[in-house]
Amino acid sequence: MPFIADETENTIRELLIDVLGVAPATVAAMTDDTPLFGALPELDSMAVAGLLTEMEDRLDIMIDDDDVDGDLFESFGSLVAFAKAKVGPQG
Amino acid sequence: MTAPEYLTYRFAGHDEFCLSFGSDRARRILIIPPLFDEMNRMRSVLVTSMRDLAGRGVGSVLIDLPGCNESLALLEKQGLNSWREAVTACATQLAVTHIASMRGAALIDNSCADLPHWRLAPVKGASLLKTMIRTRIAGEKEAGNSTTEAQLLAQAEAAPIELAGNMLGANMVAQLAVAEPVTHANFVERKLGEDIVGSPLWLRAEPQDDANFAANIAADLDHWSASCGG
Repeated sequence: MPFIADETENTIRELLIDVLGVAPATVAAMTDDTPLFGALPELDSMAVAGLLTEMEDRLDIMIDDDDVDGDLFESFGSLVAFAKAKVGPQG
Repeated sequence: MTAPEYLTYRFAGHDEFCLSFGSDRARRILIIPPLFDEMNRMRSVLVTSMRDLAGRGVGSVLIDLPGCNESLALLEKQGLNSWREAVTACATQLAVTHIASMRGAALIDNSCADLPHWRLAPVKGASLLKTMIRTRIAGEKEAGNSTTEAQLLAQAEAAPIELAGNMLGANMVAQLAVAEPVTHANFVERKLGEDIVGSPLWLRAEPQDDANFAANIAADLDHWSASCGG
């Protein structure tokens, strides 16, 4: 169901704008390969805490902190893939 | 331009400060800011909204909750219950006519049921607590230590615990874990992006400003407060 898959990805794009304050044009241009952690100065460990909680609220998922490591925020693609896996098969 | 005033309300042995504009107006809105870090991130926008309201002939009061901002009370002694009582004391002593709350303030705004209430983007206490716990865990990890949510919650039962720069006592942690915004008849809820356009600055790791958001909040508070109470 590609429409729902895009919904999850769109939610992640909105999160990056809302939580990190990244310019909408920058977020719109992101692809799976766009690096996040280390490349976006806005994305530090404080911001990650807020990002995870908002992801839970907006996607209605639970994130176990054991699932969270550096790889998760390596690229836009890795973050979206994590979110889709959490949302479930229809996501 | 209306000059700012510094009012106080008496609570638990302390004179707590409030920033106010236009306290002599017929409509005086008590503004309860978001809680913890979110309070700091929204203060600039809120004060801009208050100046805007004063220009529209509406007074407003921004409360300092005990243990926050200029307050000399200890944050670790506070809980959502004491903050709720402080809101009641402030609303009564300063004779406000309306109450506006944002985010976590919706967890402590429900004591003055006779006054009209306005809420923007209310949030569950558990979400606020979880973000603070995650911040602490991330900080520990950077320092080479390992801790878990369960360990931190267990520690919090025994002694005040530092979470994201806040010393929180057992009461506060326990109450945040279960608190949800409670509604009653006399209130309206505004959703960000639908009812009021603006950026969710309370989420931002880096403080930012949004003049349009401040103007939109003031315009909505003006229209709403003119339609009820006062």
